[in-house]
Amino acid sequence: MMKGAEAIAEGAIHAGCRFYFGYPITPQNDIPEYLSRELPKVGGTFLQAESEVASINMLLGASAAGARVMTSSSGPGISLKQEGISYLAGSELPGVIAYVSRIGPGLGGIAATQGDYKQVTAGGGHGDYYTIALAPSSVQEMFSLTKLAFDLSDKYRNPAIVLADAILGQMKEPVEIGERPALEDIEMPEKPWALTGAEGRDAQLVKSLFLGDGEMEVQNWKLYDKYEKLKKEDTYYEELQLEDARLMIVSFGSCSRMVLSGIEMARAEGLKVGLLRPISIYPFPEEAVRKASEAINKVLVIEMNTGQMVKDVKVSVDRAADVHFYGRPGGGLPTPDDILAEIKKVY
Amino acid sequence: MTTEAKDKPKKVYGRPESLKDVGFHFCPGCNHGNVHKMVAEAIDEFGVREKTIGVAGVGCGVFLYNYIDIDVLEAPHGRACAEATGVSRVHPDHVVFTYQGDGDLAAIGIAETIHAANRGEHITVLFVNNTVYGMTGGQMAPTTLLGQKTTTSPYGREFMGEGYPIKMAEMLATLEGTAFVARVACNTPKNIMAAKRAIKKAFKMQIDKMGFTFVEILSACPTNWGMDAVTANKRVEEEMIPYFPLGILKERTTADYL
Ligand SMILES: Cc1ncc(C[n+]2csc(CCOP(=O)(O)OP(=O)(O)O)c2C)c(N)n1
Ligand code: SF4
Repeated sequence: MMKGAEAIAEGAIHAGCRFYFGYPITPQNDIPEYLSRELPKVGGTFLQAESEVASINMLLGASAAGARVMTSSSGPGISLKQEGISYLAGSELPGVIAYVSRIGPGLGGIAATQGDYKQVTAGGGHGDYYTIALAPSSVQEMFSLTKLAFDLSDKYRNPAIVLADAILGQMKEPVEIGERPALEDIEMPEKPWALTGAEGRDAQLVKSLFLGDGEMEVQNWKLYDKYEKLKKEDTYYEELQLEDARLMIVSFGSCSRMVLSGIEMARAEGLKVGLLRPISIYPFPEEAVRKASEAINKVLVIEMNTGQMVKDVKVSVDRAADVHFYGRPGGGLPTPDDILAEIKKVY
Repeated sequence: MTTEAKDKPKKVYGRPESLKDVGFHFCPGCNHGNVHKMVAEAIDEFGVREKTIGVAGVGCGVFLYNYIDIDVLEAPHGRACAEATGVSRVHPDHVVFTYQGDGDLAAIGIAETIHAANRGEHITVLFVNNTVYGMTGGQMAPTTLLGQKTTTSPYGREFMGEGYPIKMAEMLATLEGTAFVARVACNTPKNIMAAKRAIKKAFKMQIDKMGFTFVEILSACPTNWGMDAVTANKRVEEEMIPYFPLGILKERTTADYL
């Protein structure tokens, strides 16, 4: 049994992350608390920074120096990190950001929400870039997707976010994680671009400033090509009971768990309902949603917000199906009964 | 027998090995070039070119990497001390330094600076104080002197509303984490010699793991001061040094923080 937030922290250790920089904010404090205790045991460095701004920049420095490194935060803290995240993307540096959402805007509240889907999947900071974004729906996935986030972040040299919420962060579930591997046994890519001192090679540079004529256009297209490759090779989703479905629900994260209970109730009444759950929310599983919607021409999107992912669903479906939306923002939770009622409305 | 070797003049001035053979883009009379050269000399003196990582702040010094032949990371504006913390934590045996202007270090990045100093990060911070935002066109900086006219203090900086110029070296010297704090200038040959010594000392103390080392370098920005180089140097002497006194403010002799 493990808490969701701790599963993220343990996932990082299993991925070979030995550096963490962060600043306290509810509801993600279990992550720094766990790592402040566990990282020193594996020879790692835990540093509580003076702010989220400082912590994302410490992450940038450690990443440029070649290390696997993580930070974590929530709402206002992630907003503060956005300049640094943009610099990571611009400098083509990896780095993992664990995001346990809280309600916004402003200081908002600390209950579970999916109001940050838009911020996370749209890049979030300035410039023409995206962050890789994975959305777990169980404690097991908090662990495994954190590990995957490190691999993808290194593979694409681009920041990666694991997006969860207070439900997932606080939830305790059995997990299978195995023994902590020794650092030497963890498979990590070589980083010939890292700043290690110019010993036996030419001096290297990590930067995001390109002032030469047309240089930035080339750089932006280079990033674009990376995101296209990411879409092709690393889009993740789960399909449940879609084979015979007349209605497809699209839902992610903790919300999809409540949706599953609603689907069970609907199935008991003979309603053929299935679920498509995006696991990577950037890249969004456009292709999968489009294909599924060709056969099932009714789609219901359920989110804990006023309607954010539904826009990606609409673009993916491209008018091949009717897209309905049910949302509960600001900490409201859709109960299985609410979901059943919505299913009946659009079925 | 040849007398060649004997007759050859002794080399007293030359380009440091770590300094690339390219011309600086700085304006005439700008002291950034002097400071770059001193940094390269310090790196050569200790033979640490291959284990030095520089962190360039955003300002006229951002192109550090075009001139000094070492690994360089470009930090976002103000954050160099945070980047340097990350680099130095990953490579504790390397020499890590930041190169920052007064807007970068004393305005937007003051929190990162103070906390890196307070943690006693094993980094060297080179702080080029020219009393203006050079790169963006000469706006008011936290170090702009009272009465000084800049593009955003057209009537002269006033205490009421704009505050007093910040003395970074004095502030940082009060922190337990700082091992070495000095303020130097580049306006006279004598001051340049003292500046070189201070920068070398700062690197040496970092290499000796003494803690955070900080050198504030009073510098001329003739372009944004609207002066020629000679007048700008005079201003450093007559206006800056009286307010920002030169000297070593703090020097730890042993790792007594342990
Ligand atoms: C977040 C952010 N705000 C503002 C800027 C614009 N900017 C670039 S350099 C600079 C100030 C440079 O002045 P200083 O640090 O004193 O260095 P100097 O150019 O004088 O050497 C500013 C405000 C920026 N790049 N990023
Ligand atoms: S603007 Fe000022 S600081 Fe920048 S290069 Fe010119 S003289 Fe130097």
